[in-house]
Amino acid sequence: MALKPVPLSYRLGIASRAIAAIVGGYALAAACTAALALTLPMKPVDAVMTATLLSFVIYTCAAMWAFAARNALHAWLGIGLPALLCATGLLIVGAWS
Amino acid sequence: MKEGFRQSMAWLHTWSGLLTCWVLFLVFVSGTASYFRDEITLWMQPELHAAAGTPVSAARAAETAIGFLEKEAVGAPRWFIYLPNPRNVETTVRWINPAKKNANGRPAIEHAELDPATGERLAAPRQTRGGDFLYRLHYELHYMSRTTGRWIIAFCSMFMLVAIISGIVTHKRIFKDFFTFRPKKGQRSWMDAHNAVAVLALPYHLMITYTGLVTLMFIVMPFGMQSAYQGNQKAFFAEAFPQPAISKPARLSAPITPMAPLVAQAEKHWDGGHVGRIYIDNPGDAKASVNLIRLPRKQVSYVRQSMQFDGSTGALMGTIGDASSAAVEARGVMFGLHVANFANPLLRTLFFISGLMGCVMVATGALLWAVKERQAHAKKIAQTGRAGFGLRLVEGLNIAAIAGLLIAFGSYFWANRLLPVGIEGRAALEIRSFFVAWSVAAVLALMRPRRGMWQCQLTASGLLFALLPILNALTTHTHLGVTLLRSEGPWAVAGFDLFSLGLGLALLYAARKLAHRRLAVRTSPGKKQSTHEPTTLHQTT
Repeated sequence: MALKPVPLSYRLGIASRAIAAIVGGYALAAACTAALALTLPMKPVDAVMTATLLSFVIYTCAAMWAFAARNALHAWLGIGLPALLCATGLLIVGAWS
Repeated sequence: MKEGFRQSMAWLHTWSGLLTCWVLFLVFVSGTASYFRDEITLWMQPELHAAAGTPVSAARAAETAIGFLEKEAVGAPRWFIYLPNPRNVETTVRWINPAKKNANGRPAIEHAELDPATGERLAAPRQTRGGDFLYRLHYELHYMSRTTGRWIIAFCSMFMLVAIISGIVTHKRIFKDFFTFRPKKGQRSWMDAHNAVAVLALPYHLMITYTGLVTLMFIVMPFGMQSAYQGNQKAFFAEAFPQPAISKPARLSAPITPMAPLVAQAEKHWDGGHVGRIYIDNPGDAKASVNLIRLPRKQVSYVRQSMQFDGSTGALMGTIGDASSAAVEARGVMFGLHVANFANPLLRTLFFISGLMGCVMVATGALLWAVKERQAHAKKIAQTGRAGFGLRLVEGLNIAAIAGLLIAFGSYFWANRLLPVGIEGRAALEIRSFFVAWSVAAVLALMRPRRGMWQCQLTASGLLFALLPILNALTTHTHLGVTLLRSEGPWAVAGFDLFSLGLGLALLYAARKLAHRRLAVRTSPGKKQSTHEPTTLHQTT
């Protein structure tokens, strides 16, 4: 669509970032929400409510990071590492058993 | 990206906006219309216009409704009474009829519309989904399961949120741009218009997008409930949104306690808040219970408040929703801000205007992409005489989603007045006219995504809306001459007619401007176009 032909690596980078933003961002938001719902110092019902209300902020930040990062690898690392961290924590507490 | 933060956010703004703008336009238009959902329903049921404007107290309406149900709904395990309010003239009653099964094999739910003063059935109004169809379309779409529709809407809303935030980041001179409008400058005018409506109502756009996601959050983001309640979502909902317990019937008959004292007690308890609905379990049984639910007015928060009474003695059994935690209340406020049930007519109109600005923001954003793209490829298009596939697709979708959608809305209202009143499946036929009209417009738009198609479809939608008041005058007794000139109301009907006329005229004006522009381009073929004014399809729409 652009004036000059776009190199394939650029297109692949964009595709990779888009997946990082949409799928990775959702995974990060989900993991953070699940972790916050367990760890916020309030009654469970309030913790769930607060965590879920905040989830879309996390998702938005992740999506913006995916396209602001220096390259696609950085985009994935910035989203994947915190998501993994939350998920590991959840596994340890056994939230998914 | 190789470029700086602002450039990468500009890119993100463009693409997250473009990919979902057509769905978002539908969401904005139907959502904006939903602010006047009750008023639209009233307009679409002319049989009820006469009953409008004779206010009846909640206590009186409750008594007459009970009188009706005692005659017509004997043996029903549950009665539902929807009391009239300033935006809804009639009492609606529903009851479960265990003798009749619906399509799913569950007991059927019967309903009737009553005159609040007498409790008599109103002359059955024509079958229509009215504003409720537009309201459901706004967040569930149509022709698919509710859950699928909600997921699609939430997905697109997320794109919208990203587009708004990245749009703000992109914006260097947010305050200055707000006062900038350079008309008749092609792409720049579109940009100015997009900036102006986006910035003017920015708090609204942010609020409505985020709170919209909040209304769908338990569907799309259930993981907090999953982890904290070990997957038992029911337990979470029972704690967050308590419901009154339903007692088992005693199988001893007893008369129902009078409603007036209960209504008075509830209004006092809620500090003047009104009763919106009354649910009665096991009516006529000694173990009957009466549940009074507050009309969501006056307070912003949408946490349901209700009071439970013993159905035979009238003794207060309990209250729900009087004091909720900060987190529940925060969600309630966000939900309440989105559905705006608290808004009085003036505030409601301001919300409506902000919603219209949202529609214009999405539409100008969609057009802007096509205009820019066409300019970038102006030379190539001039050489080959044909735009690229992507550009043609976007231009076609723009016509289909913007002008075509307006045709669909107009057709829905025309079908409401023109379809015979007693016809089988009338409500569904109205909805079908909406989608048939839209499909025809969309197919034509995708076949010929030209300037002429814009002109043609804008004219069609303009005529549909501008002539609606005349159609109303021909088919009902509550036309503008009565509602406005003789001020006999109902005001909702007058407002609908006036807005429709204004919208229609605006669309016709846009189509006319387009025709002039087209003529000017055609009569001066040798004239060199300035760099800012390529022969775009729609720079003067």
